[in-house]
Amino acid sequence: MGRIDFLLSIVYLLLFPGFLFLFAFSLFAEYLDRKIYARIQRRVGPPFLQPFADLVKLSAKEDIVPEKAEHFMFTAAPIIGLAAIFAAFLYLPIVSTTGLHSFNGDLVVVLYLLTIPTLAMFLGGWYSGNVFGQKGGMRVASLLFSYEIPFFLALLTPALLQGSWKMADITRFEAAHPLEFIVSLLGFFIGLIALQGKLERLPFDIPEAETEIVAGPLVEYSGRRLALFRLARDAEMVVGAGLIAVVFLAGPEPILPLEPVYLSWLVAALVFLLKTLFVIFLLILLKSAVARIRTDQMISFAYQWLIPLTLVQIFIAIIVRFFGGI
Amino acid sequence: MAHVKLPIGPQHPALKEPENFTITLDGERVVDVDIRIGYTHRGIEKLMETRTYTQNLYLVERICGICSYAHVENFTQNVEEILGLQIPKRAEYIRTLFLELERLHSHFLWLGVAGHEIGFDTLFMYTWQDREVVQDLLEMISGNRVNYAMNAIGGVRRDVSQEHRKKVLEGMDYLEKRAEFYKNIALNEKTILARAQNVGILKPQVALRLAAVGPTARASGISVDIRKDDPYASYLDTPFEVITTDTNDVLGRVVVRVLEIVESIKIIRYLMEHLPEGDILKKAPRKVPEGESISHTEAPRGEDFHYLHSNGTEKPERYKVRTPTLANLPATAEMLKGTYLADVPIIVAAIDPCMGCMDRVLILKNGQEKPGELISGEKLRRYGIKWYAERGWDA
Repeated sequence: MGRIDFLLSIVYLLLFPGFLFLFAFSLFAEYLDRKIYARIQRRVGPPFLQPFADLVKLSAKEDIVPEKAEHFMFTAAPIIGLAAIFAAFLYLPIVSTTGLHSFNGDLVVVLYLLTIPTLAMFLGGWYSGNVFGQKGGMRVASLLFSYEIPFFLALLTPALLQGSWKMADITRFEAAHPLEFIVSLLGFFIGLIALQGKLERLPFDIPEAETEIVAGPLVEYSGRRLALFRLARDAEMVVGAGLIAVVFLAGPEPILPLEPVYLSWLVAALVFLLKTLFVIFLLILLKSAVARIRTDQMISFAYQWLIPLTLVQIFIAIIVRFFGGI
Repeated sequence: MAHVKLPIGPQHPALKEPENFTITLDGERVVDVDIRIGYTHRGIEKLMETRTYTQNLYLVERICGICSYAHVENFTQNVEEILGLQIPKRAEYIRTLFLELERLHSHFLWLGVAGHEIGFDTLFMYTWQDREVVQDLLEMISGNRVNYAMNAIGGVRRDVSQEHRKKVLEGMDYLEKRAEFYKNIALNEKTILARAQNVGILKPQVALRLAAVGPTARASGISVDIRKDDPYASYLDTPFEVITTDTNDVLGRVVVRVLEIVESIKIIRYLMEHLPEGDILKKAPRKVPEGESISHTEAPRGEDFHYLHSNGTEKPERYKVRTPTLANLPATAEMLKGTYLADVPIIVAAIDPCMGCMDRVLILKNGQEKPGELISGEKLRRYGIKWYAERGWDA
């Protein structure tokens, strides 16, 4: 038994639903992002394999480290960012009620791991030795709290309703009580908006605003390192959307007890995929309907609207809990 | 934090053409702006002295890719004035039609560029698709999408048929609906308002002092429009209104341009319904007698000013062009001070800059601008020969 468990873990980790799956899903998500965005704008959009082709081509390109850049940090930043996201993905429940590991508090670990790519962006920009990169890095760091606090608090709501920090418990509870989604609807939308900020997408793509500071932290990156950063960005979108799908939309639940076991795994993975894609679709819609706002506007938006609304949502959750739950 | 100098340009995604705005930043605030031009001077004025008037028709058109027709209209008006040539009424109407179609496509293009500068790419794609309608109409009548080669000295080269009139009117119906749609977006979309309202303030007295022109001035409540102030072509016959707003900001410049689209559509409808019968071209002599003339037109970006000095031959002695962008640059420097870095691209874009058209030669000494100095043409020629010889580029 021990050996089979070990082998299964390896398959889980490397192939499905581990790294290879995340890699493919991230590129697919980027394809969808670009294609739907293009169709909304009445453009044709890229062919299916374009994100993969971009990645391969970028990896083959000359990779330059500027003289003024700090070599070690400049190289480490994209790797750390990507590693943190891949690690976070392993904790999401995809094929069954649990991820690779499940323990009380795994939700907090995932949230924490999802903060690291932001830090990697800041460090990469700061150590690139370019004035645009440093400006972008400063923007990344100064915006961190404006979306991180609402994101944490919004994802706290379902945990409060259920009384557990374990994602497996939250999804099980939600599958049993569909009404719970309505109670946490406000939190769902706040989570979406905050995730958009976390992913630095419109209207919050302030750190890499092309027309202002060229590409912000990424301005000096090229070749393999840029490819890693871009892959990290796609994977972050998938994991972030997946996390929202798990916490608010019950992730892979309801899991059907099918025979043989792997069939039920596949169905669960499909349910998870559809829910994640739904969240990504909402993110794309938001992106295509707005202009970029300014740093000061984003901070005041976060503190005047997002955070108070999140507190309202938490208050609702506590009241509902107090009067005997759903 | 110490002040940071950020070079916007000569190569920067916000600028479509190479000019340099060195911005001194305190955090995200702009403390000072230093505009340096001269990166894309093309020497068209000098080149014109070596071409005949007919050849110059085509050269003048290539000063600008967007308001090409305003330039060629100025040139023909100048030559016709010295020749004392009165062009046929029908030709005047057709010229006005082209001036207004050009304004339409320029304003649609600008709306898209402005959207892009604030990251609203969906608006960018939408407006540029609608702009295609105007471009198709221009191509249908003149055979060209950008440089129409429509004018000749003494009239226009192609006539507008009944079929054309019908198509133009259909196109106007479609564009009117779209203009209404964009007006709604500009006035109601929250993120656009956040980025355009109270941004790039230009007070009326400052606009007057710095001699701002075109939509930039009209958004500060100054009613300047050459079409009304000094009517040319058939603007005297055509009823239309000068659009102004008093918000003094980028949003005002958006609103002025969108409403001007609506006005242009009205003008085009009027022209198509009242197009007089008759000739479209009068024969003009090849040689132009000695004389001087100025002409100005209201290009989509503002007042476009041309000066011609002829010497009795078939080539001009001196030709001088001042495009609206040059007139608006001092005002831009004023608008940029005290704003956020994030607002710099949209403020610069709001004057609808066309750098290549306005550029001047700038002589630098040790990286510093030299104080003004007059050089004779002969001295400049020798300087040029020496400059190339020093670098071994001369044959």
